[in-house]
Amino acid sequence: MSKILLHGTEAICEGAIRNGCRAFFGYPITPQNEVPEYMSVKMPQIGGVFVQAESEVAAINMVYGAAGAGVRAMTSSSSPGVSLKQEGISYIACARIPCVVVNIMRAGPGLGGILPAQGDYFQATKGGGHGDYHLIVLAPCSVQEACDLTYRAFDLSDKYRVPAMILADGMIGQLMEPVELPPMRNLSEIPEKEWATSGHYGKDRRILNSLIIKPEELEPHVNELQKTYDAIYAAERRFEEYRTEDAEIVLTAYGTVARIVKSAVNELRRQGIKAGCIRPITLYPFPDDAYAKCASRACTKAFLSVELSLGQMIEDVRLAVNGKAPVYFYGRTGGNVPDESEIIAAAKDALHKAEAAR
Amino acid sequence: MKVFEKTKMLTDAHLHYCPGCTHGIVHRLVAESIEELGLQEKCIGIAPVGCAVFAYDYFNCDMQEAAHGRAPAVATGIKRCLPDRTVFVYQGDGDLASIGMAETVHAAARGENITIIFINNSIYGMTGGQMAPTTLIGQKATTCQNGRDPAVNGYPIRVCELLSTLDAPYYIERVSTHDVKHVLAAKKAIKKALKFQSEGRGYTFIEVLVSCPTNWHMRPTEALRFMGEECTKTFPLGVYRDKSEGKA
Amino acid sequence: MIRILLAGQGGQGVLSAGRFLAESGLHEGKEVSYLPAYGPEMRGGTANCSVIISQEEIASPLCNVPDVLIAMNAPSFHKFAPRVKSGGIIIVNGSISDSYAGRDDVKVYDVPMNDLAMEAGDIRSANMIALGVLVAATSAVQEKSIVNCLHEKFVGKPHVCEVNEAAFRAGMSQAAKG
Repeated sequence: MSKILLHGTEAICEGAIRNGCRAFFGYPITPQNEVPEYMSVKMPQIGGVFVQAESEVAAINMVYGAAGAGVRAMTSSSSPGVSLKQEGISYIACARIPCVVVNIMRAGPGLGGILPAQGDYFQATKGGGHGDYHLIVLAPCSVQEACDLTYRAFDLSDKYRVPAMILADGMIGQLMEPVELPPMRNLSEIPEKEWATSGHYGKDRRILNSLIIKPEELEPHVNELQKTYDAIYAAERRFEEYRTEDAEIVLTAYGTVARIVKSAVNELRRQGIKAGCIRPITLYPFPDDAYAKCASRACTKAFLSVELSLGQMIEDVRLAVNGKAPVYFYGRTGGNVPDESEIIAAAKDALHKAEAAR
Repeated sequence: MKVFEKTKMLTDAHLHYCPGCTHGIVHRLVAESIEELGLQEKCIGIAPVGCAVFAYDYFNCDMQEAAHGRAPAVATGIKRCLPDRTVFVYQGDGDLASIGMAETVHAAARGENITIIFINNSIYGMTGGQMAPTTLIGQKATTCQNGRDPAVNGYPIRVCELLSTLDAPYYIERVSTHDVKHVLAAKKAIKKALKFQSEGRGYTFIEVLVSCPTNWHMRPTEALRFMGEECTKTFPLGVYRDKSEGKA
Repeated sequence: MIRILLAGQGGQGVLSAGRFLAESGLHEGKEVSYLPAYGPEMRGGTANCSVIISQEEIASPLCNVPDVLIAMNAPSFHKFAPRVKSGGIIIVNGSISDSYAGRDDVKVYDVPMNDLAMEAGDIRSANMIALGVLVAATSAVQEKSIVNCLHEKFVGKPHVCEVNEAAFRAGMSQAAKG
């Protein structure tokens, strides 16, 4: 199949549509407006539903209704809008309604700026809304992956009945790259949802609910959720590793930043410095084993987490490395993206500090 | 000889509503209407947050429980995906007219083909009697203990009147439950709304005045009299929109 | 691998020239990336995009140090000229910009894009003049790939296609003049 040139936002939409998404609810916010715009055209063409909601709050609750009725449903937004969706996401997580939420991150906090950032890592991976829950969080680094991971997010979400999030930065949204689109999936191939509230038609009636007021019932429910997260951790961690086998310094980043890091690793190698990198593809579950493996090697002197934030993923990296090597940080924020030379300098500095500390 | 039979649209669960509250009556009216119209199997209801939060245990059909105020958005999601189903929403005044006003107005403005049953008892019941967006001027609540003072608390919101300014709604009526005659009229309105929905006519909204003897600190009979004499002054009963009769 | 930064004013066809370039690279089976700058500056201010064409996988999609700068107006010329890689190329619109880059380690093509575009039939084809110079000077993509893209894009608008193709070829001949 031949490749076509697509924007990241279009690739996300196509990944969704081709895996059976037939309901989209959105609200305008830069830099993700191309998603609702694309869906407003495409959904009616394929017999799907598109509604421009009155707010992000309404949009996520429309997803609750549609996905609860058994339809593959999605919403997208950018950081401030995703904050508004957190209430709904928490309810969806508790009621175990599978769906996909896209966050094309912009710079925060507050209204912040509209340029790329990764400041929503904590919000995405640690719960975001109230209560004990997690999302499956996938972080694409290319337009192809934006399509593929959105496609996969629907299957993962259905399989575990856990909502999934595509966590992308503003660059992914705007970037155009060649994409090979997956074939359109036949809706009849998607397993029927035995729990969906779609009219009982003589069978036992079904309820989707996040109110479990008796403590003796809520605790087992939350424990059951946790068991699901444990199963997801066991089976779904994904990462990409690059030249780490003999690396003295292991850089790590996710999303488009990971690609700049990869360029930096190549340049460091050219300069004779043994560098490698790990790129988590799933941010939840976090691929901690990849870091642990590097940390256990004698050659690894230091880690460097590179982020468009002031240090969020680094906490998971540190937990994974578990004190076996120092973990340093380089980050830019406010919508600024570091270039190769900054990352190279930070890597050299980290290596230098680690060697001095030995 | 069969004199009375409980509708199959209600489960056998024991209602948790306080003695003298007319919520239970409204549940029955909605349930009977759905059963009589033969819509039970294809019906999906949305429970709110507030006194009716457990409605999913009472209505004998598929149910979703929505976050506070979000029921019209949830209903929109369901109905747009499954347009041949009957989707009804049951919300109280805090849920519908305060935290969920945006969802309320926009679902109405879009003309979603759903039926909203709006329970107006002028108070936050479940949380213990705080002031609602529909609390009457001078009416006491735990957050306006000397009575609602417009200078401090503003005025009650008349939702039927407000929604009647929109183009899309098909049928809007305010009814009451303070005596048998009005209960019968309420049933007629609710059934009409559900029928309109099943015919695909558009957005239908029934506001039902309900008593709250517990939080109004009245005996049930007193509360019914208060509803009939006082509540209906601020919230006049009647049809605010009926496109089937050309009333716009 | 070649990194190209295209910059100019909104409406000069900077973004569409970038897309032509990326499409052409894709047609040749190469790896490509196209990253438009977005933000308030896109309204009336400068528009710019980065295009990378490569035989291998493209790691960073950024173009902070371009091999080639196409500057369609004076502000973008002065803003981006200092960033061009040593030994790189600058193609500047001489019709509305000076061409003094203040450095002698880059080759500057001073091309009167607006004038040549008007000669070709439409001032709006100035972006194709720039692509003509680029293709002749760098072989970033093949001549026929751009022409094919033009034919694909303007199918049903033969006159627009003709003007743009003429502009593209005029750009190529201009490059030969140095």
